[in-house]
Amino acid sequence: MDEPLKSYNQFNVEDNKLILPQKLEIDQVEQFYQQSKDFLQAYDKSKLHIDFKNIEAIDSAGITVVELIKHHFEKKNVAVIYENLSETAEKKLSIFSLASTQAEEKPDKEHILVRVGDKAWNFWHDVVKFVVLTADIFYWTLHDLFSTKSRRKGEFYNQAVTIGVKAVPIVTTLAFIIGLVLALQSAAQLRSFGANIYIVDLTVIAMMREMGPLITAILVAGRSGSAIAAEIATMKVTSELDALTTMALNPIRFVVVPKMYGAIFTLPFLTVLANLMGIIGGMVVAYFYLDISPDIFINRMSESLFIRDILTGFAKSLFFAGIIVLTGCYYGFHVDKGAEGVGKVTTSAVVVAITLVIIADSIFGLLFY
Amino acid sequence: MDQEEIIKVSNLQVTFGERQVLEDVSFSIYRNQVTVILGGSGSGKTTILKHLIGLMAVQQGEVKVLDRNLASIEEEQQENLYHKIGVFFQNGALLNSMTVAENIALPIEQHTNLSGELLEKVIRLKLNLVNLAHAYDLYPSELSGGMLKRAALARAIALDPPLLFCDEPGAGLDPISLASLDNLILNLKNQLGISVVLVTHEVASIMRLADRIIFLDKGRVVFEGSLKEALSSEIDLINRFFHKGQID
Repeated sequence: MDEPLKSYNQFNVEDNKLILPQKLEIDQVEQFYQQSKDFLQAYDKSKLHIDFKNIEAIDSAGITVVELIKHHFEKKNVAVIYENLSETAEKKLSIFSLASTQAEEKPDKEHILVRVGDKAWNFWHDVVKFVVLTADIFYWTLHDLFSTKSRRKGEFYNQAVTIGVKAVPIVTTLAFIIGLVLALQSAAQLRSFGANIYIVDLTVIAMMREMGPLITAILVAGRSGSAIAAEIATMKVTSELDALTTMALNPIRFVVVPKMYGAIFTLPFLTVLANLMGIIGGMVVAYFYLDISPDIFINRMSESLFIRDILTGFAKSLFFAGIIVLTGCYYGFHVDKGAEGVGKVTTSAVVVAITLVIIADSIFGLLFY
Repeated sequence: MDQEEIIKVSNLQVTFGERQVLEDVSFSIYRNQVTVILGGSGSGKTTILKHLIGLMAVQQGEVKVLDRNLASIEEEQQENLYHKIGVFFQNGALLNSMTVAENIALPIEQHTNLSGELLEKVIRLKLNLVNLAHAYDLYPSELSGGMLKRAALARAIALDPPLLFCDEPGAGLDPISLASLDNLILNLKNQLGISVVLVTHEVASIMRLADRIIFLDKGRVVFEGSLKEALSSEIDLINRFFHKGQID
C-alpha cells in the first residue's frame, strides 16, 4: 500500500508526516492537491503531522489546500497536528478559515409535476398582476380625462412627440417599402391572369385592414415599448418610483398615464400615414409595371374600400397602443436585479408586446371578417 | 527612511484642457502601511488614484508602482502589475450579471489554473474572511450596502495582492458597517502584510487605519507624514479637518 506513495517525497508515511513544499501559492496548489489525493485516500494511521518547515511562501490558496487536507482527515478521526509553523503561516492560518464554508446541501430536484405546477402557478400569478396593473392604468387614464388637477403639465405633448412624431420617418419609409413589395410580388401573377386592376384591391385592402396597423404597432412596440420598459425599470431600480410614492404622487398617474395618452393619440395617426404610404407604394408599382395611372388607381380604390375597413384599422391601432404601453409598463414595474434586470425586461417587453399585438390582430380578423 | 518604498510619485503634473489638476506632486508610499490620501473636492485625489492604478496615462512626471514605471510600462507588464494589485472601487463595481462567487472567481479563473473544488474552496475562504459565507450564490442586487462593500473587498483580494487600493470604501455606510469594514482592512494589513492605499474622508476610519497621511489641496501635496504628525500639524487646513471635521 505504501509503495506508490513513496514516489512523492513530501509524503512521509513512516513518520506520519506530510511535509509541505517550499512554495504553496495559487500557481502550485492545483498540482499539489492532485498529488495529495492518492495520499489522502490511502493514509490509514491515527495521527498526521503537517510540517511547514520548508514553507517559504504560502497564500490563501495554499492555506485552502492545507485546511482541506486537515478537514478530510478530521472526518476520518485522524488527529492533525501542524508543525514548524512560521509567524507568517500562523497569521494566515488564523485569518483564513474554511470552517462553516462547506457547500450547503442542495435540495433534491423536484418532481417534474411539481415544477410544471410551479410554472403554471407563476404564470397565473403574472396574469393576475398584469390584469391588476391594467385595471389600475385604465382607472387613472379615465380619471385624468376628467380631472386636470395634478396632471403633469406638458408631459402629454412630450410623450406624443416621443412616441408618435419621432416615429413618423421610420413608419412611413417602411410602410412605403412594404406596399411596394406587396404590389410587386402580386403584379406578375395578376398580369398573367389579365387581372391588372385588382392590384388596387389587393394593396388597399391589405394595407388598410392588416399591414398598416400591424407594421405601425410592431415598429412602435420596438421603438417606444422598449423605451417605456427601460425608463420605468430604471426608475424602479434607482428608487425614483419609491420617491414619487413618498411624495404622495401616484407613479402610475405620474409616469404611465401621459405615455398612455401619447400612444393612444398618436398611433391612429401613424397608422393612417402608414396606410397612405403603403398605398402610394402600390400605386408606384401599378403605374410602372401594370400601366395603371394614379387616376384609375384612386377611382378603383374608392370602389374597393369600405368605411368598415378604415374604422377597424383605426380601432385596431387604438387597441395596439394600449397593449404596447401596458406591456412596457408591466415589465418596467416588475424589474429586479439592477442594471442587468433593466436589459432583460426591455427585451421581454418588446417580444411580448409584438406577440400580443399579432394575437390581438388575429382576434380582430376573426371577429370582423 | 529605512522602510521599503512600494510607490513613488515624482513631479507628477496633470492638466485637463487649460485646467491644471495636479501640480508637481511628489510623495512615497511604504510597504505594510495604510496610507491615506486626503483632500477636499477637486483637490486631485481621484486623479492620483487613477494614475496609481494605471487608469490614466502619465502626462508629465514619474509614477512607480512596485518598481514599475507607469509612464513607460508595456501592456504585458501592466497586466502583470494588475495581478499584484487589488482595487476596491467606491460603489463596489461588482458585475451585476454574476453571483458574488462568480465575481470573486473571475480574476482567479482568468489568471491561474485553479478550478473545480479548489477554486470553490478558495472563494469560500475569501467570503469567510469578509463574513459573507452565506452570500456565495447571491447576486449583487440582493446584498445590502455593507455586504456589497465586503464582497467587493473579497474580489479585490482574490489573487492575494500585496498592494490594495481603496477608493472611499466607507462612502454611504453606517458607522457599524464602516467599523467592521475598517477592521477587515486592518486585518489584511496586520495578518497578511498587505499594503493599503486609501482615499477617504471618514475621520473615524482615518483614526482607526492610517499609518501615514498625504494631504492634498488644489492639486498640491500640502502634508505628508504620520497620523501623529498630522494630528499635531500647524497647517490650518489639516487642523480644521482633524479637529473640526471641516474640509474645503
